[in-house]
Amino acid sequence: MNYSFDFTPVLAAWPMLLEGILGTLRMSSLSMVFGLTLGIVFMMMRMSRQPVLRTIAIGYIELIRNTPILVQVFFVFFGMPAIGLRLSGEQAAILAMTLNCGAYAAEIVRGGVQSIRPGQIEAGRALGLHTADIYRFIVFRPAIRAVYPALCSQFILMMLNSSLVSSVSAEELTYFAQTLDSQTFRSFEIYLTLGVIYLVLSQFFSAALSMIGRVYFSYPTK
Amino acid sequence: MIRQFGWGEFVFLLEGARWTVVLSLLAFTVGGALGLAVALARTGRLKPLRVLTATYIQIFQGTPLLIQLFFVYFGLPLLGLKVDIWVALTIGLSLHTSAFLGEIWRGSIQAVPDGQSEAARALGIGYVHRMIDIVLPQAFRIGLPATISFLVNLIKGTALAALLGLTELTRSGQLMANITFQPLQVYGAVALIYFFICVPLTYCSARIERRLNAAR
Repeated sequence: MNYSFDFTPVLAAWPMLLEGILGTLRMSSLSMVFGLTLGIVFMMMRMSRQPVLRTIAIGYIELIRNTPILVQVFFVFFGMPAIGLRLSGEQAAILAMTLNCGAYAAEIVRGGVQSIRPGQIEAGRALGLHTADIYRFIVFRPAIRAVYPALCSQFILMMLNSSLVSSVSAEELTYFAQTLDSQTFRSFEIYLTLGVIYLVLSQFFSAALSMIGRVYFSYPTK
Repeated sequence: MIRQFGWGEFVFLLEGARWTVVLSLLAFTVGGALGLAVALARTGRLKPLRVLTATYIQIFQGTPLLIQLFFVYFGLPLLGLKVDIWVALTIGLSLHTSAFLGEIWRGSIQAVPDGQSEAARALGIGYVHRMIDIVLPQAFRIGLPATISFLVNLIKGTALAALLGLTELTRSGQLMANITFQPLQVYGAVALIYFFICVPLTYCSARIERRLNAAR
């Protein structure tokens, strides 16, 4: 092995990497929020009594969960303009990740909602709560609380998967790393640094999400 | 004259899909063997090995697969190895697989009731036979649904090989989209091929999981 490691060009490009980190944070946080919202909508369709709605939801969820996210990103970025929807790299990335996250979130949240016993909802009705309040306080909140760890790992996976939207020139961390690579040819150093940054980011997301969870779900259960 | 996306083009995609399947099976086999070693080390009695494998798993679960593949692809030549893209991808995907399967199987091994290995030890059965004849067969049943789900994830993960230039299904789709200028149809077809590869596995996994839960 006669290769001299040189991290200086990588470290010197820190403003670029920082911009990349911000891009990754921005895109993945937005996709998480939109994805969870979409997931709840599809979960309700999936559990509704209307066979049409249920079929649409099952079709969507299975289609997304059984195809690679890279193909979904390509489909949105390269395919959508054919039907008149021209998106920038970042918009396409957020849309594709939201659609992806929505399908997984729908299944995870459904698991949570199914764990709510009917007696809980009946008790809510007996207390004269509004349907909206029953949904909010008796169904969704405890349901999401029950599946929160699974939801968090899905979110972290989403953040890691955001690395491949660099292929449609969405300006996130991997995109800048590839730019830097083509300028300096320090591939090994760059991808090593990148790995460390992603590792830190996933720890950061994990800590931040569990903090949000602690604040939002800090009501007594007994 | 621009080519239209027709039957011949679809067959081209199917030929790409063949390499997706081959790459997935290769990575699953090699990664599975490594993963078993990781799972055993992770649940074993030697603390340094436990810490080492825990870190190994943490690293692979905390970084994107794409970066892992780039790292192997650009890293191996530094060790003086001139690698073919197939070799680099197989190594990268296998390492990824070994970490994830290692973690899944660690869970399955630990889910086997302690009484089983305690009884085996009381009967004087050594580690090797305890594992092969008593613990692993039971862990296999418990871990099967998650293992199959991971295989589905791995098949989807091989799409990243397209970004390194291997002409598997997704890359075939990229090439075809560039020739036909019909990306909507081409990527739709690519997605459908993945769908029909993955759905039977997803269905199996869900079915086995239901059956295991019913037994409880």
